[in-house]
Amino acid sequence: MNETAPVQSQGFYAEEMTISVGPQHPSTHGVLRFVVKTDGEVINEAIPDVGYLHRSIEKIGEKVTWHGYVPYTDRADYLAAMFANQVFCMAAEKLAGTEVTRRGEFCRVIACELNRIASHLISVGTFGQDIGAMTPFVHALRERETINNLMEEICGARLTYNYIRIGGVGYDILPETCTRITEFLDHFEPIVDEFNRLLSNNKIFIERLAGVAVISKEDAFSYNLVGPNLRGCGIKWDIRRDIPYSVYPELEFEVPVGTGQVGTLGDSYDRYWVRIRELQESCKILRQCLKMFPKGPAIAKVPRKFKPPVGECYARVEAPRGDMGFYVVSDGSEYPYRVRIRTGSFTAMSIIDKLSKGIMVADLIALIGSLDVDAPEIDR
Amino acid sequence: MQAYIDQLIRDGYFAGMPKEVVYAVAMVLAAFIVLSVFVAPLAGVTSWLERRVWARMQSRVGPNRVGPQGILQWLADGIKNLLKEDLIPSAADAKLFSLAPYVVFVGFLCAFVVIPFGSQLIVADLNIGILYILAVTSLVVVGILMAGWSSNNKWSLLGGMRSAAQIVSYEIPAGLSILTIVFLAGTMSMQGIIKAQGWAPWDWFLFNNPFTFAAFFLYFTAALAEGNRTPFDIPEAESELVAGYVTEYSGMRFLFFFFAEWGNLYVIGAVATTLFLGGWQVPPVTSDPILLGVLQFVVFFLKAYLWVFIAMWVRATLPRVRVDQLMALCWKYMVPLSFLCLLGTICWMLVFPKGNQIFSVAMFVLGLLIVAYFFKRVVFQIRHARPELYFKPHI
Amino acid sequence: MDHPYFPLLILFTLAGAVVLGLLFVAQKVGPKSPNPVKAEPFESGNPPRGDARIRFSVRFYLVAMLFLIFDLEVVFLYPWAILFRQLGLFGLIEMGIFLGILLIGFVYVWKKGALEWD
Repeated sequence: MNETAPVQSQGFYAEEMTISVGPQHPSTHGVLRFVVKTDGEVINEAIPDVGYLHRSIEKIGEKVTWHGYVPYTDRADYLAAMFANQVFCMAAEKLAGTEVTRRGEFCRVIACELNRIASHLISVGTFGQDIGAMTPFVHALRERETINNLMEEICGARLTYNYIRIGGVGYDILPETCTRITEFLDHFEPIVDEFNRLLSNNKIFIERLAGVAVISKEDAFSYNLVGPNLRGCGIKWDIRRDIPYSVYPELEFEVPVGTGQVGTLGDSYDRYWVRIRELQESCKILRQCLKMFPKGPAIAKVPRKFKPPVGECYARVEAPRGDMGFYVVSDGSEYPYRVRIRTGSFTAMSIIDKLSKGIMVADLIALIGSLDVDAPEIDR
Repeated sequence: MQAYIDQLIRDGYFAGMPKEVVYAVAMVLAAFIVLSVFVAPLAGVTSWLERRVWARMQSRVGPNRVGPQGILQWLADGIKNLLKEDLIPSAADAKLFSLAPYVVFVGFLCAFVVIPFGSQLIVADLNIGILYILAVTSLVVVGILMAGWSSNNKWSLLGGMRSAAQIVSYEIPAGLSILTIVFLAGTMSMQGIIKAQGWAPWDWFLFNNPFTFAAFFLYFTAALAEGNRTPFDIPEAESELVAGYVTEYSGMRFLFFFFAEWGNLYVIGAVATTLFLGGWQVPPVTSDPILLGVLQFVVFFLKAYLWVFIAMWVRATLPRVRVDQLMALCWKYMVPLSFLCLLGTICWMLVFPKGNQIFSVAMFVLGLLIVAYFFKRVVFQIRHARPELYFKPHI
Repeated sequence: MDHPYFPLLILFTLAGAVVLGLLFVAQKVGPKSPNPVKAEPFESGNPPRGDARIRFSVRFYLVAMLFLIFDLEVVFLYPWAILFRQLGLFGLIEMGIFLGILLIGFVYVWKKGALEWD
């Protein structure tokens, strides 16, 4: 896919147009803009233009208290809000030396894995829609509706949860909710198989994605990719396994990596397939958590005016879009001194320019979808 | 229809008027009836049906408010579009911009002149019927190119050119598949082709020999590509080039393009039925002409609409093919395959000049088995497809 | 008036009348609020850069040329299709030569790479 057109190489010169893909565009994931230089079919250059969704979340962190900042972390990636909550609370707890209760840790993992399923459903659904398959998108959203209802039961909100607090979680998960989560899992696992039959094993879908926008292992390292983008290249790196946190060491799950089963290792299909497999792994994790769910308080005693000692701390979790890290600096007062968010989508944007040389406009859309970039994560 | 008018004149109606005027007026009336009573509601109801069919396939309900079960939704959409502002972008070429919808509309509408709804129900039985349909549906290309060019917008231009290239490339497999049938029938007239078939499925050209069986699928795929339907709807792909060649269009002009697309679906189904499925042929149950006419019309309509439904089904299920894969599919696979089907049919006709009844029946049984196997695979989904609302509030 | 193509003329004019009529109604009934921003060409929310009247790629021209050749070949086959049974073997050999020449052309085009969309 990276060869230049033979017609052009024979000396014919076709003029290049500069097209702006976005910010108002039904396919780019959020408000993103690419300035694309193309001759109509083959792209010569695609320069991303970010910043349309910048909300100064990091600056706001300096103005609100530690507890009060948790709702703002939701908005750092509203499709995977639990993880941002969790990593900020982990950073604050590490600074202050607070111990999270065991039940709180399990509540966190349950909520996070449910959110991972929801985020991956959106990701594969919109990816299918970009490729042209409208039905799997609606099916994925239908399943996500059930998850939204479950989250509403757990914490009262459907999208921006403000659930994971410093020291544990905001509300306990009731036994009725646990029953409903099990019912959802029983219903959902066959749906993933149906989804695979409809979309993943579809010949047209495979032909669209096989060998498109291949990321080699060296490129993945040097461009600092994380999450399914990295695992799609065959590198087995998952924060839950390699830098374990919370109760993940006690849970059994596999880390799916891309194997180049159709086309080349590291192409768009591999990244998509890693996400589908992660859906199934999250179901396994959820079942184990619900079985091992201990009793006890859901949140530890944390002072109202939370004043961690002076210091700095970096915490990371495995969010659906990769490694999300929060670097917090405390100066001893009840307001953080500095909050810095590191997200996976921001680095994924940087590789788009490199990968887009020589592919077609349709492949650019497939590439952006397969990298699962998310505007709120990029711009914060 | 000519014979019917002659009969009326002989019966004494229209006394005193010259024959030509009677014919002309009858023609205008027939065309107007075909247009307003059949084509317009057909395109409209097809659009409503498409949305309902998609919605049920996607676990949703679809439009069900306007009129009983939402069947007047297209009328509401049409009136809404009529009430919109008539906007021509300042940079656009106004004359071409206004002319493009007319060309596209004419391109599909004039195909209805030769669609045979019954043995007497055809507006004009041209002796080049099927070739005329091929020619007239190519007018759409001109309209699309005009739309893309005159919008003076890079996106529209790209979309228009790609769409033109796609339609034009897929003319060849479609033309070749139709040619296969013309060999078998010996005539290009639509009524002639239908009369060369029988009412029983094994007398249809579809099951005549394995090469026409393949030619049918080639024709259907090529016709879907010509109609800009998924999996070949790159020019209309919303996620790629916004709305392609109709980006700058709004209001009634925008609607004409889609009107033409849904109407074209029916033309595709009608041509497929005529050529391969025996058209309006019915078993000889009655000899009353009115009843026979109605029966033939219903049979033809249902057969053609089955293919419209399948086109909608395909659109809901399959993702989009990329444009270079689409062109490769046409030139490298479908054109050689169409030639092979043609040669195969010619050889078959030389070996079996009168056709082979046993083989036709065997192919028909094979077709039935395939359909039965398909239903066995999906019986689970059909049984569980209940339109229940999924909302279960727990709180 | 009993010419078989007369209905075509009727439908052409009728289609034109319908389109013009509906557009006329739309023009009279619709609101009129011209605004320079509305009249700009659409480019995903940005002011458009550059003119749309540029040279486009030559592969569209290639496709048109190929279509011309092969579609005309198909059209030339239609009369033979009607008279197939009368012409019999003689017609088959003649048209076979015609098809063979075009087949050689098709293979040449394929090998030269003109069928690649890239």
